[in-house]
Amino acid sequence: MASEAPALVQERAAESRRRVLTLDNRYLPPLLITSILLGAHLSYGILEAWYATALAIVTAIGAELVMGRITYGKWPHPASAYISGISAGILVRSTQLWPYFLVSLLSITSKYVLRVKGRHIWNPTNFGVSAAAFLAPATITVLSIQWGNVVAPMAIIWLLGSVIVWRVGRAHISATYVASFLLFSYVSSVITGNSWLATVAPITGPMYQLFIFFMVTDPKTTVRSKFWQCVVVVLIAFVEMILRLNEILYAPFYALFIVGPIAMLVDLWRGAVKNRVAGDRRSDAIGAPSL
Amino acid sequence: MTASQRQHIAWFAWTIVLVSCLVAIRVLDSQATSSAHEATGGAVDTRFGFTLEESAKRLGVDFVHQGPTFDARLAHIMPQVAAMGAAVAVADFDRDGWQDFYVTNGGEGSLNRLYRNKGDGTFMDVAAQMGVADVNQRSTGVSMGAVWGDYDNDGWDDLFLYRYGRPELFRNEQGQRFTAVSERAGLPKWVNANSATWLDYDRDGRLDLFLAGYWADDIDLWKLETTKIMPESFEYAINGGRKYLLHNRGDGTFEDKAAALGITSRRWTLAVVAADLLGSGYPDLFLSNDYGVSELFSNRQGKGFIDVAQTTGVGRTPKSGMNAAVGDVFNDGRLAIYKTNISETGVLVQGNDLWVPKGGGGASVEYENLASSMGIEHGGWSWGAQFGDLNNDGAQDLYLVNGYVSAGERSSYWYDFAVIAVGHSQIIGDAVNWPAMKGRSLSGYQRKRVWINDGVGRFTDVAQVVGARDTYDGRAVALADLGNRGVLDVIVANQRGPLLIYTNTVVPGRHWIQFELEGTLSNRSAIGARVELHWKNRVQVQELTTASGFSAQNQRRLHYGLGDADAVDRVVIRWPSGRQQTIERPQIDMLHHVKEPFDGAQGRSDGV
Repeated sequence: MASEAPALVQERAAESRRRVLTLDNRYLPPLLITSILLGAHLSYGILEAWYATALAIVTAIGAELVMGRITYGKWPHPASAYISGISAGILVRSTQLWPYFLVSLLSITSKYVLRVKGRHIWNPTNFGVSAAAFLAPATITVLSIQWGNVVAPMAIIWLLGSVIVWRVGRAHISATYVASFLLFSYVSSVITGNSWLATVAPITGPMYQLFIFFMVTDPKTTVRSKFWQCVVVVLIAFVEMILRLNEILYAPFYALFIVGPIAMLVDLWRGAVKNRVAGDRRSDAIGAPSL
Repeated sequence: MTASQRQHIAWFAWTIVLVSCLVAIRVLDSQATSSAHEATGGAVDTRFGFTLEESAKRLGVDFVHQGPTFDARLAHIMPQVAAMGAAVAVADFDRDGWQDFYVTNGGEGSLNRLYRNKGDGTFMDVAAQMGVADVNQRSTGVSMGAVWGDYDNDGWDDLFLYRYGRPELFRNEQGQRFTAVSERAGLPKWVNANSATWLDYDRDGRLDLFLAGYWADDIDLWKLETTKIMPESFEYAINGGRKYLLHNRGDGTFEDKAAALGITSRRWTLAVVAADLLGSGYPDLFLSNDYGVSELFSNRQGKGFIDVAQTTGVGRTPKSGMNAAVGDVFNDGRLAIYKTNISETGVLVQGNDLWVPKGGGGASVEYENLASSMGIEHGGWSWGAQFGDLNNDGAQDLYLVNGYVSAGERSSYWYDFAVIAVGHSQIIGDAVNWPAMKGRSLSGYQRKRVWINDGVGRFTDVAQVVGARDTYDGRAVALADLGNRGVLDVIVANQRGPLLIYTNTVVPGRHWIQFELEGTLSNRSAIGARVELHWKNRVQVQELTTASGFSAQNQRRLHYGLGDADAVDRVVIRWPSGRQQTIERPQIDMLHHVKEPFDGAQGRSDGV
């Protein structure tokens, strides 16, 4: 025993060092999205107004804290709300201030209202942005421009994003979506007669970077098995192509809005059946916080 | 209360919040586009103090603009790349006391028109006999606009024509004919320009010329060497045309000093206005740029320019700038800048900008955008706009034209446009990647805006009520008193459409006053003069500019509506030379000719 004690102490010290040097996965997406925002705004001034984005963030975190505390009696971790707020602040483009407040509030509220068997079935920001783009076309549009003209920043975002989704075990989802998008873009270009480059152009923009790294990978609103996660994003890309062929500009958001909850409901139903059969319980997937 | 009960109650509460959010978003969006700032009605009526009647043909003007046809490799997107060139510039070129105007055409071989005001209420095209008609050829390029200015101080307004091609300067030979003097003047050989303005940037008493390229200078749109000519980004493009600041040497020649004085921009400029916005006494340059941020070049006493768009706030958010006009919208002596952009419901809502200086202005001024709160933010795909008191009530109103490509009425190019616009530079920058338009419209058939200013911060769109009901693809709009009646008439140049003249009828009982200035120490056109009119505890400032709006020039006379006021307290003129002149209690309801005092005298004001 006496000889084991120093080893145990050494192991605990090493573990402590690892904790210090290894970032909690929950903080990686917020760090990435913050880096993207700061880099893009400081380089190109992409934000309509910094205070609008700040309003979106504060609203999201405030709503999450209030709703979480009242609903569950404890303070929720704000990382997820932070990503929702910052995403709303980047994605929403409006000359007014109220959209930033309402879209953020709507996104967080949807988490607490639109729930089935204890799980929310819409990705919060996807719900908020899609609803706002549909209901307020005269005052709200969704980010759809390039941030600058230089390839390097875009490449860095793709690289960092890929590393982070890989770290949190969601890289297969992003990769499958991108492959599906490229494939369906080709199909779309054949149908419309437009050049393939024209149809893939949107994926080179920042809107898709947020969509690919933060929205479709949301662990709280994706199905449980890796295989079906891939199937779902293929379906999202397919529905997106259909919407695009009908000239619906915010096709990726609407496609996720439509396919995401259906997939979640099917997944919950399959889980319930399995549970009944096996008497087993599945634990929720663990991963990065949601948008 | 159990945890379950608490969660149920909370769920109901959050459901109410969610539904409230959805309802609020819908309601607020509706309010933004509702008729709150728009007056509607069936027949034209005078409730706003004036009516407009389209009367071009009655006045003898039957001009229809034609567009150019560029290289065949642009055929699939021709309507949008050949979408500019309808321009109008007003001047009294023959000095007979009646306002004439020059309109540009764009088709290869098409003719520009110079409409001489006959003084009997009709116009006659004299462009051919004056030598300024046949100026649109494949070899020289086609017209994009023109600006009048007396560059040689002989008392006769000369004409500068800018094109997608070779710029041309025509000297006015005492109103009898025009002589092309470009070769001798030393103008650049080829500039794909959409804007230019005369200004005396160094206050040496001679008009200099600012010329802003749109497409890069090395592009011949009729003979492309590459299809990689498009903007490299929808909002961050810096691969447009270079800028020229042509200093007038005084001997009939010009020297480009843009780079030497700090103007090296390669943005895609669509409009420019020169005015003393920063209070130095020298004209600054505001550039309204497509595919990017605006630029505001602060004039450092004629010795250099510094872009202060970022620090002043007018150049922080990239948009699709197309117009630059200045006006004192609050009657408090501050010049606001109106810049138009694109707004298309559900796709792109940039909103137009009204940049109003905070406080009293000055070198450290900061601007705030009040377009939304004042009700002049949404104007569709907006092009030219001009400030002017249309109903003579004493406040500066705003006339705006819009619409990009009106083709198929039921088909829109917007989706394809939005998709390619987001592409990276390698995609958006190459014309071959742009989807074909196939006869579709792009923000076509839009209704115009005539915003009436209540003088305290709110504008109301009265276009439909007062009679401005056309839906052509408007580009340039110019204001001028065509009948010497003390009212501002409206001339609208439409792309691939007819030139419109809206004759203005103001209700009786509204007074006015006009000033026509002549410089002596200053440039003879008095471009850059700043005139403050004081009446009824109000003060309205106007500055004499050449280019204003988009591809347009208003009359050089300064027009002030006075409402029911029967007297003016005083007029303070700050001449471009820096001299200040005050005229006490000038007579109203008349035009005053004012000559700059040069010998210590107070000058004179001759009523006509």
